[in-house]
Amino acid sequence: MSQATVAKTGKSKPPSPWKPAKPNKKLNNPNAVLSLNGRWGYLFTAPFFVMFLIFGLAPIIYSVYIAFFNWDALGTQEFIGLGNFNELVADDRFWNALVNTLDIWLLSTIPMLIFSIGLAAILHNPSLRGSTFWRTILLVPNITSVLAIAIVFGQLFGRDFGMINIIIGALGFEHVDFIQGTTSSHIAIASMIVWRWTGYNALIFLAAMLAIPGELYESAALDGANKWKQFLYVTLPSLRNTITFVLIVGTIGGLQVFAEPLILGGSYNGGDSGQFSTLTLFLFDQAFVAYKWGYAAAVGIMITFIVAIVSIINFFITRRLTGDNK
Amino acid sequence: MSTALAKEQTTPRPPKNKTPKWQKMSFMGYFALILVTFLSVFPFYWMFIVASNGTDEISKIPPTLVPGPRFFTVISHVYEVLPQFNQALLNTVYVGTIVALAQVFFSAIAGFAFAKLNFRGQRYMVLFVILTMMLPSQLGIIPLFMLVGWAGWIDTLLALIIPALVTAFGVFWMRQVIDAQVPNELLESASIDGAGVFRAYWSIVLPIIRQSSFVLGLFSFLATWNDFLWPLLVLNTPENFTAQVAVNQLKSSYAIDYALNMGGAFLSTAPLLVLFIFVGRRLVRGVMDGAVKG
Repeated sequence: MSQATVAKTGKSKPPSPWKPAKPNKKLNNPNAVLSLNGRWGYLFTAPFFVMFLIFGLAPIIYSVYIAFFNWDALGTQEFIGLGNFNELVADDRFWNALVNTLDIWLLSTIPMLIFSIGLAAILHNPSLRGSTFWRTILLVPNITSVLAIAIVFGQLFGRDFGMINIIIGALGFEHVDFIQGTTSSHIAIASMIVWRWTGYNALIFLAAMLAIPGELYESAALDGANKWKQFLYVTLPSLRNTITFVLIVGTIGGLQVFAEPLILGGSYNGGDSGQFSTLTLFLFDQAFVAYKWGYAAAVGIMITFIVAIVSIINFFITRRLTGDNK
Repeated sequence: MSTALAKEQTTPRPPKNKTPKWQKMSFMGYFALILVTFLSVFPFYWMFIVASNGTDEISKIPPTLVPGPRFFTVISHVYEVLPQFNQALLNTVYVGTIVALAQVFFSAIAGFAFAKLNFRGQRYMVLFVILTMMLPSQLGIIPLFMLVGWAGWIDTLLALIIPALVTAFGVFWMRQVIDAQVPNELLESASIDGAGVFRAYWSIVLPIIRQSSFVLGLFSFLATWNDFLWPLLVLNTPENFTAQVAVNQLKSSYAIDYALNMGGAFLSTAPLLVLFIFVGRRLVRGVMDGAVKG
């Protein structure tokens, strides 16, 4: 059981997912098996590091380099210092993409978080029947391609004959042109993200809930706490690390959203008036339509900074919201 | 015995025989789960409805909600527009299998070193792996495109395979798995019996992490199958397409032919759904294991 794992490491809450093992002054790896010759470690990790340096790190570093150039696919390579960044700050398309990205991220992250914690709480109930079946169903949306699902959602959100507008019409309201509107297109895109990730994250929250010692619930019940209060005062505080983890992973992915808007709009523009252009879509537009590689690289660097800033803000907000139990 | 113990630890299940009085499953709970099941499955069902009815049947109010008779007509239309569709599916299986095997192999052995071996700089290397997972994956895409072009891999499947052979996520995941599932005592006693590092890895670590390796391989396979933008950038000729690029090709061939598009989407999704029937439970366990220890 997962509780046994927690007991073994001697912690009462799920371990922080991104912290490496506790530092130990004497050993490089405090959990190592010392009777095995550690030098083999270099050989065993070498394939990873070599491949990663060539195809992962080197392109990123080179990307930073060309961001300071007027560099295009035809061979122009002219050093312009911060020129790309100055141009970017004055570029309306960049700010439009930034606002769209943040809006889609908010519209997807908050419902996704609420739904997935709620679902996990239902699945956490020990008297639930068929739990394996329900858990497996939750993962079904996650295995399909964004392309296939964007084709389906694009049709469902269609103006004239989309299922959603038919329901809206049957309820007596006017049809909504989801793709042409700004907020409505963001809702369509966010719904694809929520659909895809809610079940996956519910499983992650469920795993964290199963690691909460049962005695906490029993003593809360003895103190007269009902289900809702147990959830509020026992479950939620114990999920603090997991919520932060899911939020950070979701932020890194969510701020790079591009496949859904790309397929929905059918081009790198992000809709006729760029109403759902996102940062990464703008990067690809500059890189592979306009062929302004230096400029696109500068966009990539800005995305990295934005992801870092939003992740840090997230981190502190989650700490605050879920209580600071030291 | 320790193997059984390690396996037991990785299988979080609610206690079956003791149902505490303080918690009972409500009707609303089941209702929510049934609703979620409906929402999860409906888009796949809808894909088939549109593909089997044709666009005209769908473009009316109220739309058809049952399968129609035109499925094979639509599918043969897909093959008319893109005769290489089967080749694209085969290409995807080929690339996905190689990438999955390579990622498991490289991740497991590096993860073993990071989890169980003591060598200088080890801690910084792990930190480096974790930090690289935080970097946006699209940041280096332009130089990667230049690199692949320079190597002459544009419009070949090598452009998809070679850069995907290792991932920081895989290494980190395998490190967590080996740390949690392989007891140090087993490795210690093996080395006292004279086993070298590689022998200990081969005969003790690998059998224990078989399940987790399978799950990592599956996730790599799925990610490769569903990858969209990179194949679109580097592949040009239909013989080299992957399933996603093929489906996208259908999208751009005609204005909006929903039946054709959904027929292609169905063909590219059906293999995954069949695969999921067999491996779904293992994937669930993999996600949940990764969550607690990751």
